[in-house]
Amino acid sequence: MPQSEHRPILLTDARIVDPSRDLEFVGDLLVADGMIKDCAPGIRAAGIPDGAERVDCQGRVVAPGLIDMRAFIGEPGAEYRETLASASQAAAAGGVTTVICQPDTNPVIDDPAIVDFIMRRARDTAIVHVHPMAALTKGLQGKEMTEFGLLRAAGAVAFTDGARSIANAQVMRRVLTYARDFDALVVHHTEDQDLVGEGVMNEGEYAARLGLSGIPGAAETIMLERDLRLVELARGRYHAASITTADSLAVLRRAKEAGLPVSASASVNHLTLNEIDVGPYRTFFKVAPPLRAESDRVALVDALAEGLIDVVMSDHNPQDVETKRLPFAEAAAGAIGLESMLAAGLRLVHDERLSLMTLLRAMTSRPAALLGLPGGTLRPGAPADVIVIDPDLPWIVDPAELKSKCKNTPFDEARLLGRVVRTIVAGRTVYEYV
Amino acid sequence: MNTPSPSPFVLGRRHLLGIDGLSPGEIVALLDLAEEFVALNRQVEKKRTSLRGRTQINLFFEASTRTQSSFELAGKRLGADVMNMSVSTSSLKKGETLIDTAITLNAMRPDILIVRHQSSGAVELLSQKVDCSVVNAGDGAHEHPTQALLDALTIRRNKGRIDGLVVTICGDILHSRVARSNIILLNAMGARVRVVAPSTLLPAGIERMGVEVARDMRDGLEGADIVMMLRLQRERMNGSFVPSVQEYFHYYGLDQKKLAYAKPDALVMHPGPMNRGVEIDSGVADGAQSLIREQVEMGVAVRMAVLEALARNLPNA
Repeated sequence: MPQSEHRPILLTDARIVDPSRDLEFVGDLLVADGMIKDCAPGIRAAGIPDGAERVDCQGRVVAPGLIDMRAFIGEPGAEYRETLASASQAAAAGGVTTVICQPDTNPVIDDPAIVDFIMRRARDTAIVHVHPMAALTKGLQGKEMTEFGLLRAAGAVAFTDGARSIANAQVMRRVLTYARDFDALVVHHTEDQDLVGEGVMNEGEYAARLGLSGIPGAAETIMLERDLRLVELARGRYHAASITTADSLAVLRRAKEAGLPVSASASVNHLTLNEIDVGPYRTFFKVAPPLRAESDRVALVDALAEGLIDVVMSDHNPQDVETKRLPFAEAAAGAIGLESMLAAGLRLVHDERLSLMTLLRAMTSRPAALLGLPGGTLRPGAPADVIVIDPDLPWIVDPAELKSKCKNTPFDEARLLGRVVRTIVAGRTVYEYV
Repeated sequence: MNTPSPSPFVLGRRHLLGIDGLSPGEIVALLDLAEEFVALNRQVEKKRTSLRGRTQINLFFEASTRTQSSFELAGKRLGADVMNMSVSTSSLKKGETLIDTAITLNAMRPDILIVRHQSSGAVELLSQKVDCSVVNAGDGAHEHPTQALLDALTIRRNKGRIDGLVVTICGDILHSRVARSNIILLNAMGARVRVVAPSTLLPAGIERMGVEVARDMRDGLEGADIVMMLRLQRERMNGSFVPSVQEYFHYYGLDQKKLAYAKPDALVMHPGPMNRGVEIDSGVADGAQSLIREQVEMGVAVRMAVLEALARNLPNA
């Protein structure tokens, strides 16, 4: 991260939305020295430093920068797909000021030296904050746990095996038990790989018609249910990485009601798309877990509205032509999302399924609290990670305009309403939409 | 007997990728056109010239003897230059092969590509990359349209109609493109379709494709006019989907005893190649109620009809 030796910024006539304090009002926000100095209905002239850049927001929304809890980036090992630099450009354009990268790199982030490498590379090349999650098990093999203490000290904000699930319940129990001693958050992808088998899309009528092998919702629910039983034994902090079915929500609800230290994410893809979008074998809609039925999607949105789902993440996963321009069953799973997560999520707000406050909370203060990050708030004294959103600005997702190295977006050519028009990271404007 | 005038039917599309999307009128027109070729194929002089100058490439990513030779014969009888290409998937990386092969072949300016591939949707993907007509000769567990058309022709010639017949499809529905294409076609033509299979070989949601699901052969075959058997591949018989060949044959193999549940004049079909003693008893396969050999004959005629109807739509300049 570049240092923040630059002009103060005064955002005026802004619709301030701060989910960390449940505050919404029209006012001003002042940023200086990389910090939020003031955020109030009106900042008096005396409090404004000389030479401050004034930005008239004309009633647009000012919110904390987004924290994307799940992004797969190719560095190190697959820089042709995405680097920390290109991912950070994409993030800035999407209003994401903190990217949490996943450990399934090559080499795997399972060693403090690699955490250190990521932090240094990000500092030198990225224009937003990047924090890695470290692997839960060595080499993501699901067998031996990693050095939670040392990895955490090096800067890992949580632990996960990325898109892999730990099949062995004993390993999972030990991981959850040991993680508790370091107050480490265990983030787990809940898919029983044996039940997934050769499946490539949601099991049901549409898979049957397309002649594709189906993945039952139970593959997810069984793994989640097992994990939550283990949390009951071990009491470590647990986060379900990507919930996609109504059945899983029922399981999650029981665990939360029982007071277990559990939380969950949903990807913006599963909140806004369903299995029918796969249409004629469109591989950009192949994600893991798969897009589910419309009834699951609606249940997921309702769960987000009531707070059962804590976090909305992009599940950003760049795949290039070589891995996507293939028959559906052979294509890689994954969709990019850093640049579109907010705009896609705004669909739910425009459809009046969700308040803007709720959507933003799931992208800012909730992930900040789970990961112990200082951002995700507009409270004075907090890091100046701030975005300006025009919630009614229409735009079309043009792959050529996307900053990500890969263009595998399910929102290809989609007409979206609302987007980030300015992104400020540590007090410096890193992106402006013109 | 007065000879009907030749059908002028033109298939108003560039590709035939599946039965899904064909109208009942188009299906009937293809069957009518195929009847002309049945007659032609029984003559000594079997050649037509309607595809003269055209190049047809049979591109098979999955081995097939009968479908490939059927398409080859169909193309040659219509006067096309036919080339067979078998692409071994083991020696080449699958995905690259498909798109790269499509682009390479396209540069050779074929008029019609006949494509079989082991992945559902692969033929459609390939069709997007070429300028010629593409005929799906089977893609994964998705569709096999010419098989469904030849089955329909066989049924219509023997029963005089398709509408109102009870057609029971038995066996590995889960992995079968033949089943999917037939379910769509038979529904479009007004037949009642039933499927019988062990539950491990039925896809979830199959009942929403317009079929009745029966769990045993007695229920499934009762009152059936047509019994369509499907091939069960050997690697699926050893405990993965069904416990053993013996158990499968005992409960789902078609023998004279089970066939007796169907109507007395029920007819038996099989897309081939058959596993005698697995899904079908030799006595039934070779018996008086079997249409299996006629299906093969109809296959050439139907494929000629498809090629002819597509070629009539090709630019002539």
